[in-house]
Amino acid sequence: MTAMQVSYTYHSTLESVNQAEEVATRLAVKAGFDEEEAGHISIAVREASVNAVVHGNAYDASRNYTVSFENAGDKLIIAVTDHGRGLDPSALPDPLAPENLLKQSGRGIFLIRAFMDEVRIRSLEPGTEITMIKHVHGPKAGDKEESK
Amino acid sequence: MTMKASTRQIDGVTVVDLSGRITLGEGSVVLRDVVRDLLAKGNKKILLNLGDVTYIDSSGIGELVSAFTTVRNGGGDLKLLNLTKKVHDLLQITKLYTVFDIKDDEAAAVASFGK
Repeated sequence: MTAMQVSYTYHSTLESVNQAEEVATRLAVKAGFDEEEAGHISIAVREASVNAVVHGNAYDASRNYTVSFENAGDKLIIAVTDHGRGLDPSALPDPLAPENLLKQSGRGIFLIRAFMDEVRIRSLEPGTEITMIKHVHGPKAGDKEESK
Repeated sequence: MTMKASTRQIDGVTVVDLSGRITLGEGSVVLRDVVRDLLAKGNKKILLNLGDVTYIDSSGIGELVSAFTTVRNGGGDLKLLNLTKKVHDLLQITKLYTVFDIKDDEAAAVASFGK
């Protein structure tokens, strides 16, 4: 597998989220993931992009966000970066808690964590960077831990 | 890419056949409007057929939850039919599999609403 790094900059629109999702699916398949895993990566990138557009940049057309992909051979490293309000992962409610189960929103970051092997959320000033890693042959021991 | 919805009536139950993607934006809005319209017309037994739903994101999941609670709060019942593996997995991960009444046989699903 040849190492590859590519980055896309998008306007803060819902159309761009679909584009980011399509690119993610294509690059995941190219990196060697099967259809199901590529689908999971696609959802994770979609959720991170929605987070950037809706919660980060708040649909502000003057603010872009970036989705970068690095194929490191044995893993795909994806970073989604916005320039809006920061995100405090410790403040996110648990969507599996009984009191939150029937809430309409609050599952995006949860799905990212569920589908990717490693997830790091870093506050920028301003903005947020969500880095997601998926190993081509499954997670290594301890990789499900999240760090800030 | 877009979602389509069509409805049919079977023994007092409204079956909503959904196809395409239930995602933030158009897909979620279509689902919301269909359910709201059915309730407004007094149709309180709703069976969402998700057999042709190809993709769903967290917003789509939220819209399903919202539809469920709206119908329940209105004195009705909403059930899900024919989940694809993708949707099934998402509902399992989010623990919503235990919240929804999920069926895989349409006739049995319709009968389960009772008279």
